[in-house]
Amino acid sequence: MEQDWIFGLAGGLLIGAGGAVYLLANGRIMGASGIIGGLVDGSGHSTRWERLAFLLGVFAMPIVLTWLWQPAITHLTDNLMVVAIAGLLVGVGTRIANGCTSGHGVCGISRLSLRGMVATVFYILAGGLTVVFFRHLLGVI
Amino acid sequence: MRNLYALIAGALFGAGLFISGMTDTTKVQGWLDVFGNWDPTLAFVMGGAIIPMAIAWQVTRVRRTPLVGGSFPPPPEPKLGRNLVVGSVLFGMGWGLAGLCPGPSVASLSYGGVGGLVFMAAMLIGMGAAPMVRARLDRTATAG
Repeated sequence: MEQDWIFGLAGGLLIGAGGAVYLLANGRIMGASGIIGGLVDGSGHSTRWERLAFLLGVFAMPIVLTWLWQPAITHLTDNLMVVAIAGLLVGVGTRIANGCTSGHGVCGISRLSLRGMVATVFYILAGGLTVVFFRHLLGVI
Repeated sequence: MRNLYALIAGALFGAGLFISGMTDTTKVQGWLDVFGNWDPTLAFVMGGAIIPMAIAWQVTRVRRTPLVGGSFPPPPEPKLGRNLVVGSVLFGMGWGLAGLCPGPSVASLSYGGVGGLVFMAAMLIGMGAAPMVRARLDRTATAG
């Protein structure tokens, strides 16, 4: 759709505002994989309640917006095997790389972190090649 | 207060993911699909998110402490290392396969159906296994 980029930009500004609040108020980097991962392995500086409060906000806002604004849509594949493998890869990968799209991408690039930029280049390249391979060659996704 | 600020930050993040369309796997896979029907939305989301964040990093230079006290994160580590690349490639593959990364997987949990729950469970298992995988990678790095 034509106006998708406007919603993309507006949503992006909100995502950045969330990161700015987390940094300036709590002194933390808003990386979703780090916030979730710390609950799993107890690493990092944030407290358990701080992580849970953050995740509650992430989880609840789409419910509120669905009610106030427009229905939620997603097109996750029905192939649960693909979903499970993807989840495992995302879990292992983001923790080994110490960050994901929000931590390395948004928070890293915005402070001109070389690690953030390199990580972003590699996960976008790997993601692009994966879509090309599994969609156009194998037709699985 | 720390928890309230975290809730506000999470709410902004969740609202941003929802409004930008990043909780829809089609838009993410559409951005990665350069040989198909390419969808540029993700670039606008990234660009939009980086603007307030870059300003916030500038503010940390003037204000030396966060609102709740303590200190700001140290400057980014300049070392790249193999784990950064290996981890990012694994993450990218999973991201491309499902069209979900950690933030949107939480944001879409309420309407992602069984698949969303399976992804979340698998991601948590992967995160739990990561220290073991990392230790193995480090061993082969020193051995090789």
